[in-house]
Amino acid sequence: MTDSISVAIEAHDLVKTYGGKVRALDGLSFAVEAGTIFALLGPNGAGKSTTVKILNTLSRPDSGSARVAGFDVLAEPQQVRLAIGCVAQKSGVDVEATGRENLTLQGRIYGQGGRELKERVNYLLDRFALTEAADKVARTYSGGMQRKLDIAMGLVHTPRVLFLDEPTTGLDPKARADLWEDISRLSREDGITVLLTTHYLEEADQLAQRLAIVDRGKLVVEGTPDQLKGELFGDAIHIEFAQGQPDDKVRGALSRLDGIGEIVTDGALLHIRANQGATAVPGILAALESTGLRVASVKVARPSLDDVYLRYTGRTFDEAEQADQKGVR
Amino acid sequence: MTLLTHSLLMMQRHLRNLLRQRWWVVFSLVQPIIWLTLYGQLFKRVVELPGFNANSYISFVTPGVVIMSALFAGGWNGMGMIMDMNQGVMDRLLISPINRAAIILGRVFSMSVTTIIQSLILIVLGFLFGARFAGGIPGIIVMLLCAVLLGAPFAALSSALALAIRKQESVIGASNFILMPLTFLSPVFMAKNVMPDWIRSISRFNPVNWSVEAARAALSDHTDWNFVLLRIGCLLAFAVFSAALATRAFRAYQRSA
Repeated sequence: MTDSISVAIEAHDLVKTYGGKVRALDGLSFAVEAGTIFALLGPNGAGKSTTVKILNTLSRPDSGSARVAGFDVLAEPQQVRLAIGCVAQKSGVDVEATGRENLTLQGRIYGQGGRELKERVNYLLDRFALTEAADKVARTYSGGMQRKLDIAMGLVHTPRVLFLDEPTTGLDPKARADLWEDISRLSREDGITVLLTTHYLEEADQLAQRLAIVDRGKLVVEGTPDQLKGELFGDAIHIEFAQGQPDDKVRGALSRLDGIGEIVTDGALLHIRANQGATAVPGILAALESTGLRVASVKVARPSLDDVYLRYTGRTFDEAEQADQKGVR
Repeated sequence: MTLLTHSLLMMQRHLRNLLRQRWWVVFSLVQPIIWLTLYGQLFKRVVELPGFNANSYISFVTPGVVIMSALFAGGWNGMGMIMDMNQGVMDRLLISPINRAAIILGRVFSMSVTTIIQSLILIVLGFLFGARFAGGIPGIIVMLLCAVLLGAPFAALSSALALAIRKQESVIGASNFILMPLTFLSPVFMAKNVMPDWIRSISRFNPVNWSVEAARAALSDHTDWNFVLLRIGCLLAFAVFSAALATRAFRAYQRSA
């Protein structure tokens, strides 16, 4: 039990295939310290939702094991269910019922009742600014309000671990910022462990104490956002070519320059890491000139999680998203 | 104990949501009137067929329409499951510690309540149209039991089908494909004596037939209770079979998640 107090979620070597073909999870392992926000970051189809479904007992892995709040998800699913709250990607709100009815039913399923439940429901309605809409059917709620109700429903029974599967997908920027504040309060004030999946880099950067990048069912890298960004050497320089594609000759020419780190080619794009982005640009452009390639644009950026993703997976985040949307889900 | 509590919680949810849909309420009140008027008038003179053995068609067809309503209420029950699946409500329930069987049983309970209410409306209407039930109150209670015992297993089967297929259109298709023939392969509208032989043979294995025959027998003036109990026994067996199938469908749904 001592271990379960400090480690709230432990996934070990999870493998899951769908229909014997699509390998959604390919040996995923990670651990989440109690009371922290941990983000699984990856494009659609990376295996994030599958991971959440296994951890919240909705699905079973082909192999591997996991413990949540100290309980084994396969051997003790009922204890896991009592200890967790979950906000799935698809809203679980009954839109024909009011916000209050949704919350009350959820509480009663977990064995709550009486005045205690009534007060808990009122508290949550108030906390998520739903008091005014409490007795209207959820069908009339805005997307942001429904999400808030979703999260409130996940909290009725005061769970120790909360799963948030892409909580801000489909929300407008204002509602998203609003929700971020609510989520960070959960761990800051309530001490709840939050496992968040997202395909928004800035969301993971903003909210998570630790994050893991998941790609094609595997964990690519794990650490604090600053750690991951810090591992990157200096600034990122993105160069787009008007004509032709960068090849080995280009690489060779660039690698002779001072203060240049990693060089990644990506179709007509070139991503370079440099100690000092701004001072390196003239030298880079001169070197490219000598290879005969025509540069269309140059962009210098401070390291972001996007760069972390690019470095570890060899493709940019947007590309991965598009590729996965085209392929099998 | 949790099974009952959870089933009642789910029943409460379904009934509340149904009552909130005003058009649903209107249609379920109007539909029995239409059915009784339409079928009562359309087939009025079939009682004159030799061997039909009934004095008034409205007395004959009222229990038939009661049973048919229960069959359809049960048979379309899976549509609600599909809505829950599409909305994500099903997954939320499955992540919660709710008793799995209560998810289906809650629907069966709520369907039973609406079926009983609709049946009582039909009985009153039938009476106003001239139907007489010699079996009296006990006969009517047995008829309600027969209706629920037919609707409940079909509700469970329909839920199982919804869990297996998960597509609204397919479930609609399958329900249509099954419910109408089952109605016409039973003595809902037509006395057994005047049915073609092959239909009469098939109807012996049709739960709709067991339910209608038991209901009519209970409403008659000289009830053969062995005849009634045998059919109620068959309906109970059918209910157990359906419940087992529905539970398996749940496990399959969860495995594929």
